[in-house]
Amino acid sequence: MTATAVASGKDTETTALITGSEAIAMACKLADVDVITGYPIRPYDTVIQYISQLIADGQLDCEYVVAEGEHSQFEIVKHASTVGARVFCGSSGVGWMYAFEALTVTPALRVPMVVMVGNRALDDPGAFGVEHNDALAVRDLGWQLVWVDSAQEALDTALIAYRVAEDRRVFLPCAISCDGAFLTHSQGLVKIPSQDKADAFLPRYNRGDLLLHPDNPITVAPQANEDWLMEIRRQTAAAMEQSPIVIREAYKEFEKIFGRSYGNPFFEEYMTEDADVVLIGMGTLSTPCKVAIRKMRQEGKKVGLVRMRWFRPFAAEELAKTLSRFKAVGVIDRDFSLGSPYLSGVLATEVRAALYASAKRPPLVGFICGLGGREVLVPDVEKMAGIVYDAAAGKPQPLTHWIGVRE
Amino acid sequence: MGRLFAVEVVYRGIFQKTLSKRITRAIVLAAHKEGKPGISFGRYGDSPERNGIPAKAFAIVATDDITLEEGMAKYEPKEVDVSICVDDTLCKGVESWAWYGLQPINRLTKPNGTLIVTSREEPEALVAMCHRKETPYKLAIVKAIPSYSGLWVFKDDHTDVRILGALSKILPELFSLDSVQQVILEDSNNPLKATSAARSYERVTTVTVQPNQGNPEVPYQFVLPKWHEMRDGISIPAIAQGHQMEDPITHKTGGFQPARNPTFKKFTTRTMRPVVNFDTCIKCELCWLQCPDSCFDVTPEGLYDANMAACCGCGVCEAVCPVANCVTMVSEIAFDDNASQWEMWRKDKEGYGKWLQGKIEHRSERSHGFRYRGQYQEQVPEMLGIAEKA
Repeated sequence: MTATAVASGKDTETTALITGSEAIAMACKLADVDVITGYPIRPYDTVIQYISQLIADGQLDCEYVVAEGEHSQFEIVKHASTVGARVFCGSSGVGWMYAFEALTVTPALRVPMVVMVGNRALDDPGAFGVEHNDALAVRDLGWQLVWVDSAQEALDTALIAYRVAEDRRVFLPCAISCDGAFLTHSQGLVKIPSQDKADAFLPRYNRGDLLLHPDNPITVAPQANEDWLMEIRRQTAAAMEQSPIVIREAYKEFEKIFGRSYGNPFFEEYMTEDADVVLIGMGTLSTPCKVAIRKMRQEGKKVGLVRMRWFRPFAAEELAKTLSRFKAVGVIDRDFSLGSPYLSGVLATEVRAALYASAKRPPLVGFICGLGGREVLVPDVEKMAGIVYDAAAGKPQPLTHWIGVRE
Repeated sequence: MGRLFAVEVVYRGIFQKTLSKRITRAIVLAAHKEGKPGISFGRYGDSPERNGIPAKAFAIVATDDITLEEGMAKYEPKEVDVSICVDDTLCKGVESWAWYGLQPINRLTKPNGTLIVTSREEPEALVAMCHRKETPYKLAIVKAIPSYSGLWVFKDDHTDVRILGALSKILPELFSLDSVQQVILEDSNNPLKATSAARSYERVTTVTVQPNQGNPEVPYQFVLPKWHEMRDGISIPAIAQGHQMEDPITHKTGGFQPARNPTFKKFTTRTMRPVVNFDTCIKCELCWLQCPDSCFDVTPEGLYDANMAACCGCGVCEAVCPVANCVTMVSEIAFDDNASQWEMWRKDKEGYGKWLQGKIEHRSERSHGFRYRGQYQEQVPEMLGIAEKA
C-alpha cells in the first residue's frame, strides 16, 4: 500500500496513489477511530483489508472486530458508540441488507456511526457491480447519505462525515457511498492531509448526557408504547432538520483548515451557467458525463451536469431553484424503483418531488442505466442529452428510459 | 343514528385471555342473532400478555352498520355500558403492561352503567376496593372463584356463560337470554351451560354505588411530555442505586433495599401476595435469588421482606422456600395496604403472628393456572357448587 510510506509529520501534506477504499481507511486513521468492525463482502472488503494493514503497520490503534456477519458488525459499533467510541463500519449490497434491523434502530438511538457503503447490486445472481439501491434502502430512516466520485472526495467526505454526525445537534449516522469498482478498486492520486490539520478539523467525539457510563446512569431504549414513539420519531426528524446547517458549517471549516473547497456541499454544478438542459446523477458516472458534455459543447449543445452529493438531507429548495433555470432536466439513476411513479429511479422521483413546489417546473425525464456495474459510456450520455433536448422541445415521449440495455 | 353498545372485559393477562375472548365473542354473536352488527377485539397494547398483568378485551355492538362504524372509529372505547371484571382483585385498579398509569376499574363505566364482578365477596368489600366515581353506577356480582386457565387450555367452569346470562338481564337491549342461549348451544351443544346462563339471569342483582362510596384515593396523575421536553436518544435516567435499610426499633442500618421505579408500583398486578413467617425463616436466600422481580428487600438482620411496590404475585418464592409454611401466597382481597411485613413484625412480633395466622387461615384458594393433568376437571364441580349456592 503506497499510503503506508506517507510520513505523518507536522503539517506535511503528501500525495499517494490510492483507491477510494484506501482513502476511506486513511480517513479512519486521521480520525483516530476507536472501534472498527468488518465482515467481508465485495467491494466493501477492500476497506477492511487496508484498515487491517494500517493496524498491522502500527499506524492505527483501534479495537478491530471481525464479526460473524453484517448484523453483528453494525450492532457492535452501535453499542461501542453509546459508550463514547468513535466508530467505523460498512458493507455492500445484500450484506448491508443483512444488517438492516441494526440499521433501522441506529438513528433514533442518536448514534453518530460513520460507515462506507461500497455500492453493489442486490444479487442474485451473485452480481457485485455497482447499483445504488443498497444505500438508498435506508433513505427514509434517519441516515445521512452522501455520494462521492473520487478517492480524494472519499477521504475528505469521511472526515466531514465524522464532524457532522458527531455534532450534538445532529447525532445521526452517516453512510458514504462509493461506487463499486469505479471507486473502490481504482487508484488515483490523493492528497493526504497532515495529522495536525485533521486534529484541528475534527473535535473529539463527546457523547455528553447520552454517554452510557456508570457515572451517568441512564437506560437506553426502554420498551415504549404508542404514547411515546411518535415523539421519538419527531425528535429524530428534528435532528435531521439540523443536519444541513451543520453540513454547511463543516464544509466552510474544511476549506479554512485544508485550503481546498467543494463549493456547494450538497451538489456540484458542472458547466451549468449557460446550459439549456442538464443531466443530474450521483457517483462516478460524473466522469463520462463531463467528457460527453465537453464533446457536445464543441458541437454547440449547451448541456450541463448537476452531481448530487448529499441525498439525505436532500437540499430540495436549493436544487429546485437551480433546476428551474433550465429548459429540461434529465435524471440519471444508477438504481431502480420498480412500480414507482412513472416507473422511475429513486433519484428521479425525489427530484420531481423537489420541483413540485417550484413556480417554474422544467420538463423532467428519467434514465435508468449502469445497473449491475455496467459502464455508462460517452455515447450513452449523448443519447440521454438528446432525449432531454427532445423533452425541452415538447416532443411527446416516455418519462423513463432504460439506457444501455440490450433491446 | 342508532344505538351503540360497548362492553369491556378486564382480566388477568394470559390466565384469562381465552375466557375474556369467549365472553366478548359470544356478546357479538348473541347480538347478531337479533340482527345487530358488532366486533370484538383484545387491546393490542396488552400483548404479549405477561402473567397476571391486567389486560382488556372489548365487544362493540350497534343497531346498524353506520352506527357501528362510529364505534369502530376509535380503537379503544372511551366509555362502556358494562365493565366486566373477571378477577375481583382487579377492583383495586388496572395497571396494564403498556403502562397508562393506574386506572380505576370503573373508569370507562358510563354514568348509571354496570360493573359486573366475579367474586365470592359481598358488595361492601368490593365497593371499598373500587375507586370513587363522580357519577353513580351499578355493581353486580356473579358468585364465582376467579377462573384461571391459560392461552392453550380453557377451564370450562361456566364462568363465561354465567356472565353472559347476567349481562342479558342487565342490558336486555344488547341481547336476550334466548339469543345468548342459542349461541351457547351452537358453541358447546351442552344444555347444562345454557341452564347455567339462565340461573345467572334469574339470580343476578345489582346495587347502586354512589359517588361518595369507594376508595377515596386519587390515582397517580401525570402529563405526557411534549417531544422537545423528552430526553433524546430514547434514553431515560436509570433507576438509582439501592441503599441500606433501617430497623424501625433499633435504628440500626444494614441489609439492602434496591431503588425502584417511582411511578410503576405493580400494586394491581398481583392477584395474591406472599406473607412471610420471619420466625421460621432460615435465611437461605432462595426467595431473594429466585424472585423474577427482585422484590425482596434484605433486612439488617438478613431476613427477606417482600416489597409490595415490586411484587407481581407470581408465587415463585412460595414454591422455592424449603421451610414449611414460611412463605404463603394469600389472595390480594385480604389486604388493604402495601405496608412492610417485616416492619410490622419488628414492632410487634406477637401481633404479627396473629395477623399472619389470620391471613393464611382465611385465604381463598387461588391458582395461577394449569399445574397438573386433571386439575381443571376437579375444579369445575366446585365452581358449579358455588353457582348453586349463590
